[in-house]
Amino acid sequence: MMRLLTGLLLSLVLVASAQAAIDTYTFKSEAEREQFRQLTAELRCPKCQNQNIADSNAPIATDLRREIFRMLEEGQDNQQITDYLVARYGDFVRYKPALNSSTWLLWFGPAGLLLGGVLLLGMIVLRKRRAQKGNSIQALTQQEQARLDALLNREPQDKQD
Amino acid sequence: MKRLLLLLPLLVFVLLASLLYSGLGKDPAELPSALIGKPIPAFSLPSVEDPQVMLTQADLKGPALVNVWATWCISCKVEHPVLNQLSKQGVTIYGINYKDERVAAQKWLREFHNPYALDVDDAQGTLGLDLGVYGAPETFFIDAQGVIRHKFVGVIDERVWREKLAPLYAALADEAGQ
Repeated sequence: MMRLLTGLLLSLVLVASAQAAIDTYTFKSEAEREQFRQLTAELRCPKCQNQNIADSNAPIATDLRREIFRMLEEGQDNQQITDYLVARYGDFVRYKPALNSSTWLLWFGPAGLLLGGVLLLGMIVLRKRRAQKGNSIQALTQQEQARLDALLNREPQDKQD
Repeated sequence: MKRLLLLLPLLVFVLLASLLYSGLGKDPAELPSALIGKPIPAFSLPSVEDPQVMLTQADLKGPALVNVWATWCISCKVEHPVLNQLSKQGVTIYGINYKDERVAAQKWLREFHNPYALDVDDAQGTLGLDLGVYGAPETFFIDAQGVIRHKFVGVIDERVWREKLAPLYAALADEAGQ
């Protein structure tokens, strides 16, 4: 009986927390709903730092969702809404940072590193291959060549008997 | 030349290691405010003590602290005695009662003493949003022109005040005195 009661209470608690991030908004169109979904997914919650506004249960995220909805209703576009939030919370709120002088390393750094790595690898491989080619042509002196031939043409020892 | 080239990976490693090491001590929860260097956003909200009185940004005269607080905020209760102490020392503190109920706020101020020169009733959190507030307590430092100069997130205790914030406030006061 006790166990049943605990289970029931626990499930109630779980249900409550699962519903916390769901608020109901009535959108004018499917496009607006999509825009809202995209914006709340791309903006970061200032309080619970590794969640976006859509996923977070924090009161501030609820406020920001309401605010974004209000601005969408007013017909503002994504850029205006993002700018509005950046003006208040800084570049921090953008999961998709703006492209400017302080973020170009962030945007292009990984690709640059990859490109550099590929170039370096290519250079090493090319150099090795060239060195090998050179070796095969003029590596052996006449003496060495004669010795190699002798070794190769010699009958295997165990078959001599 | 070749030998120097061999040292390159080591150099890259040392640079990267020092970069990462310098990041270790930083608190990722600490956000620089986007409002530093900007004036207090315009608002027109009632006072907590008397809802008939409307307060605007012009009423907040620096150098002063602008403290965002609420009765639902547990750490604000920890901070409150320190604010009382500071106001007794002559520090001007303005309050922004953030997303709170007025009656609860009035009761709090009666019971625990009121350190605020003025207390703005931001029941909807609109001013908080304009200030980039994401939790309470948060404290802004404004200068004589009403420009936000610093922001401190979290509880101001005696140590934080002495070591970190008092010099900032003194600098603002000096600036205003000249």
